[in-house]
Amino acid sequence: MLNNRLLLIASTTLMLAAPATRTSAAETTLLNVSYDVSRELYKDINPAFASYWKAKTGDSVTINQSHGGSSKQAGAVIAGLEADVITMNQSPDIDILVERGGLVAADWKKRLPYNAAPYTTTTVFLVRKGNPQGIKDWGDLTRPGLQVIVPNPKTSGNGRYTYLAAWGYALQKVGAGNTANGEKFAREFVTKLFANVPVLDGGGRGATTTFTQRGIGDVLVTFENEAALLAEEVGGGQFDVIYPSVSIEAAAPVAVVDKRGTRKAATAYLEFLFSPAAQDIIAKHHFRPRDPAVLKKYVSQFPPIKTFTVEDRLGGWKAVQQTHFADGGIYDQIIVR
Amino acid sequence: MPTLSHLITRRHQVLPGFGLTLGFTLVYLSLIVLLPLSAVVFKTLSLSFAQFWEIVTAPRVVASYKLSFGASLLAAGINTVFGALLAWSLVRYRFPGRKLVDALVDLPFALPTAVAGIALTALYAGNGWLGKLLEPLGIKVAFTPLGVLVALVFIGLPFVVRTVQPILEDLELELEEAATCLGAHRWQIIRLVILPALTPALLTGFALAFARAVGEYGSVIFIAGNLPMVSEITPLMIITKLEQYDYTGATAIALVMLAVSFILLLVINSLQGWSAASSSSTGGRKS
Repeated sequence: MLNNRLLLIASTTLMLAAPATRTSAAETTLLNVSYDVSRELYKDINPAFASYWKAKTGDSVTINQSHGGSSKQAGAVIAGLEADVITMNQSPDIDILVERGGLVAADWKKRLPYNAAPYTTTTVFLVRKGNPQGIKDWGDLTRPGLQVIVPNPKTSGNGRYTYLAAWGYALQKVGAGNTANGEKFAREFVTKLFANVPVLDGGGRGATTTFTQRGIGDVLVTFENEAALLAEEVGGGQFDVIYPSVSIEAAAPVAVVDKRGTRKAATAYLEFLFSPAAQDIIAKHHFRPRDPAVLKKYVSQFPPIKTFTVEDRLGGWKAVQQTHFADGGIYDQIIVR
Repeated sequence: MPTLSHLITRRHQVLPGFGLTLGFTLVYLSLIVLLPLSAVVFKTLSLSFAQFWEIVTAPRVVASYKLSFGASLLAAGINTVFGALLAWSLVRYRFPGRKLVDALVDLPFALPTAVAGIALTALYAGNGWLGKLLEPLGIKVAFTPLGVLVALVFIGLPFVVRTVQPILEDLELELEEAATCLGAHRWQIIRLVILPALTPALLTGFALAFARAVGEYGSVIFIAGNLPMVSEITPLMIITKLEQYDYTGATAIALVMLAVSFILLLVINSLQGWSAASSSSTGGRKS
């Protein structure tokens, strides 16, 4: 399995090594190591950056992409995959590069605007056309007999956000300041929700397949960008997106891998992600742009929704990882039935 | 496993080059097999025994051993029976499309495992061709341990067919004819003439199919449903640990898998050696 993974990474990297054009100007090649779902997004952003960079400096830049599960990709970079930038879907996968080998500077979040996350998405519901089960909010997902499709929180960032969104909703329901009761209620709530999960797919796309192709489940809980894509494009009008009363903000953080000699171009590449041009591409891919003007332009695509972050409601990723997802943590306790 | 004993007996024969071949065998095996495996052991050694024990005996992990080893043994057993039948008809009968069937047998080897997993899941899910027929009968295949078994049977099929086939081809028809002349019934021929000759190959096929099934991840992960305590396979537990950057935890479970697989393969191999020896010494007349 391990070998397969390395082979895959190696072959993707090789495959994407495009021939560079011969000019007198400098040529730079960047490797963007990213998570699974961003493949299409960066395919559109990379040429835009290349032409921007050429116009600005006269230098050519080629950006190669490598995609895979977020944590797997971070693991590959630790093991020596020569990334120039990493673009992940949760900050623990960048923090680990700070901790192991110091590949990324500890202050990476402060080096770019918006905590170094050029876009966000949020966890929403996808239901079958017409919403036959009348699912409106998190509370409905714990109804006995309902089938909820969620990717495995142990192996998928998407699943982790779903779990945390449900937990945060439950805490809010009890009310702030009532911590002890809140924890107890949240635990019962999430237990009931996961008791309704008939299949735990490894990743977000797997869960999507189970829900849309296998016809299993009454509701798929997944990222807004995935749900929008299904409802509007590939789903053929068979599904509706439902926005719960409150959800979690899933920011996609980016960082430069410091040890490489390509800092200048790599930093410019990441800064470019925050420019109106790139933000526009981001919005077209159903991710919520940070730029208020761009967000306004696409407002019909992104209905306003109240969100909280892991930092402001759940005590940060480190705490969450330890209490919830570590072996023997709360997730393990509620799922073993 | 017979390499060492064979080579030692050969030293007294006319065949030269014992030192060279043994040296090469050991170096090659060390490089290709032992080196990566010792990395697993060394990584695990950073754990204290108590920590190691806690990781490898966690309830979810233990449930996954039961599923992984249980389903793999069962799948290898099923493949042994039906693989032998397949090999028999491929070798003994001439029929149109035989070459095609012969080539089909190897397909599970060549197919990327993820493709196999997706295809099987699509087939056996509640809305799939087979799932549609089976679910009204109360048989759920996809997203249950039964689905795991189906996937393992699929990927293990070629091993038994391909190990038994050449032996069957070499098996002389005259032996069976002689047995018939001596008054043996069909069942007696199968039991006393054919099976003893095939047993070593069947055991090898069983061992290969089993080994492949234990390590299988790609196809199973799609059809298993991956519910804790129910349909999580051991390789998934390892991947889960890796996702959390718990590399030592992952290698600890891997070490248990390795040890159990090694012991089982050792048992199967010695069974094979024993059956080969006994069938040749009694001239295939053991009952």
